[in-house]
Amino acid sequence: MNLRRVLADFSVFRREYLRNKEGFFFALVFPVILILLFGAIFSGNNHSPINVYALNEDNGPLGSSFLNSLNQSGAIKVIIAPSGSVFPDYLLKNSYSQGILIPSNFTYSIHSAGKAVIIMYSNPADTSTQVATGVVNSVAEAFNLKLSNSSNFIAIVQKSVNESSPSYIDFLIPGLIGFTVLTSPMFSMVNLSAEYKKSKFFKQLSLTPLTKGEWLTSKIIWYVIISMISFVLMTATGTLLFGANVRITPLVLPFVIFGSLLFVSLGMLVGTITKSIESAGVIGNIITFPMMFLSGTFFPLSIMPSWLARIAHIFPLYYIIDGLTATMVYDNLRSALIDLAIILVICLILSIAAVMAFKWREE
Amino acid sequence: MGKVSVILIFMNEGEEFGILGATVSNIKEQNGSVIIVKELTKSYGRLKAIDEIDFSVQKGEVFSLLGPNGAGKTTTVEILEGIRKADAGEVAVLGLDPWKDGYELHKRIGVIPQGFRFFDKATPREAILYYAELFGRKVNAEHILKLVELEDAADTYFEQLSGGQKQKVGLALAMVNDAEILFLDEPTTGLDPQARRSIWSVIESFKLQGKTVFLTTHYLDEAERLSDRVAIMNHGKIIALDSPEQLVSKYGNSKKLTLAGDERMYIFLRKSADMDVTMRDGTIEVPLKQSKDLLKVISLIENSGIPYSGLSLKNDSLEDVFISLVGRMNEGELD
Repeated sequence: MNLRRVLADFSVFRREYLRNKEGFFFALVFPVILILLFGAIFSGNNHSPINVYALNEDNGPLGSSFLNSLNQSGAIKVIIAPSGSVFPDYLLKNSYSQGILIPSNFTYSIHSAGKAVIIMYSNPADTSTQVATGVVNSVAEAFNLKLSNSSNFIAIVQKSVNESSPSYIDFLIPGLIGFTVLTSPMFSMVNLSAEYKKSKFFKQLSLTPLTKGEWLTSKIIWYVIISMISFVLMTATGTLLFGANVRITPLVLPFVIFGSLLFVSLGMLVGTITKSIESAGVIGNIITFPMMFLSGTFFPLSIMPSWLARIAHIFPLYYIIDGLTATMVYDNLRSALIDLAIILVICLILSIAAVMAFKWREE
Repeated sequence: MGKVSVILIFMNEGEEFGILGATVSNIKEQNGSVIIVKELTKSYGRLKAIDEIDFSVQKGEVFSLLGPNGAGKTTTVEILEGIRKADAGEVAVLGLDPWKDGYELHKRIGVIPQGFRFFDKATPREAILYYAELFGRKVNAEHILKLVELEDAADTYFEQLSGGQKQKVGLALAMVNDAEILFLDEPTTGLDPQARRSIWSVIESFKLQGKTVFLTTHYLDEAERLSDRVAIMNHGKIIALDSPEQLVSKYGNSKKLTLAGDERMYIFLRKSADMDVTMRDGTIEVPLKQSKDLLKVISLIENSGIPYSGLSLKNDSLEDVFISLVGRMNEGELD
């Protein structure tokens, strides 16, 4: 193994990869798009205000000041319904889920009887109902306190109870790192090795002092670097934009390194043992796609039916994602080490098979 | 006893001597031969691609392997380069066994395979510097680019180069390690006439530098113009081997009369001239064995009363020899 030759081959391959726009896109841009997309869909912490339609029939000032308070809560946007309509009919006709009716004697009732009623219409099937009801209740509560001239004895500081328990985005980061570790070598190595074999480019390289071990090493280094960069990009995006809470430990490294080695080898193997570029592509996809969706990449395995979750155990990617999740999300060293050991064994088998199947020259 | 004397000669020449040296000792560099092939055989399944061929190539020589597609040229050259294993026979290139000592051999030879390719998005300059790193050589990229006439395309991506320019990148890479032998496998196939001439001039400059060139081609004009010696190969066998001039005088009919005429003239000459008359694309050829045949044929033509035109006397070319040899072999006249 000669480092100078590995570096020479590495730099020519790196240039080729980056000058190809698809390569650059899939390696670095695509993972970030994925995390933005999935993060935006599933992170629940930036709801837009819920539209609540209101009909204010009150003659006094308190009705409109109550609606103002609702608006100021930020969680609710009050939209005034046209007066003179029959309120429930109006809501139904327009398919509105939330509505508040303030009766005509609202202010008067409070001042005279010390008691008044607000009618809230809602659709129980709508997920925003609970939030809207909660907000309306707490605003009513505040009003009650103010009207009775008492003060807040207890101030509530709102905090999430599950701050330390993992959220979806925390699972998504190791999943998508696994996704990159799988796809960037698989999609290019399968095609590249089949094509180099067909065009006799391997034969040509065999006529230089470059050895096939050096050639393979430079590819592995490249895909480890690609995986590391997308690891940094995805972790940064997930943490900064979606408040992901993952740990970055040195144990992440062996997963990324051996994961890349594993799939570079698998890609080489598929590309070399298949007869044509087309069949290499088909077999590559047959291996890659089920593994991509069933290894806990986009969803934790726990939400899958148990038979499907068991199938996931045959995929090497499952152990990479499970191990990364164990170390980054749960801080579960023992489980991560078991996964790492399994990966090392698969990696050893596949890389030996790839080196043996991969021929520079022909008998 | 004879074996011992051979070993002594090698030791005198300072040759490395070992177990391997002993196995191929009888065909190591002899009398300036840089390539020696003896009884080389290679089969693919039931097809005999190479059938017990023998030849040697001298240092500084341009040697061409000429033959129709499927004759076994590429298999032969790939065995010499050490990227394909022979079934039987002995091969020595620069005194090395190409299959076993391929790694050593490749440092000393330059190879442009058929349909040479490189990374699509790398430039000729980058290609040269990449090879220089692989071979651990300091090279002047500008100088090499100039030698192969690629200065104008030095920074163009490989995928955007013309066919001729791509082949020239191959020639440039073969120069990086200052190779002693250059193997060029059909270097001008599919190129336009101008690009072919341009490649030829680069090959001629190799020869001027004293390098040995091993060329395979199916273009006869290419072999005739560039080679010192030509081996004609067909169905895995070498059917003739000599300098182009010698091949023509040995296998060619030294002179032939050609004229333009129709079927009537062709049939008339075949009947009356008692010679191997042929007709191709309206041109009738009459091979002349002796000079007196010329007078005989001309008087026959003149007295026949059949119209004709464009009467001329020609020397055989290598192409005629090739077509006749390959044709005779295919008809079973040659072994």
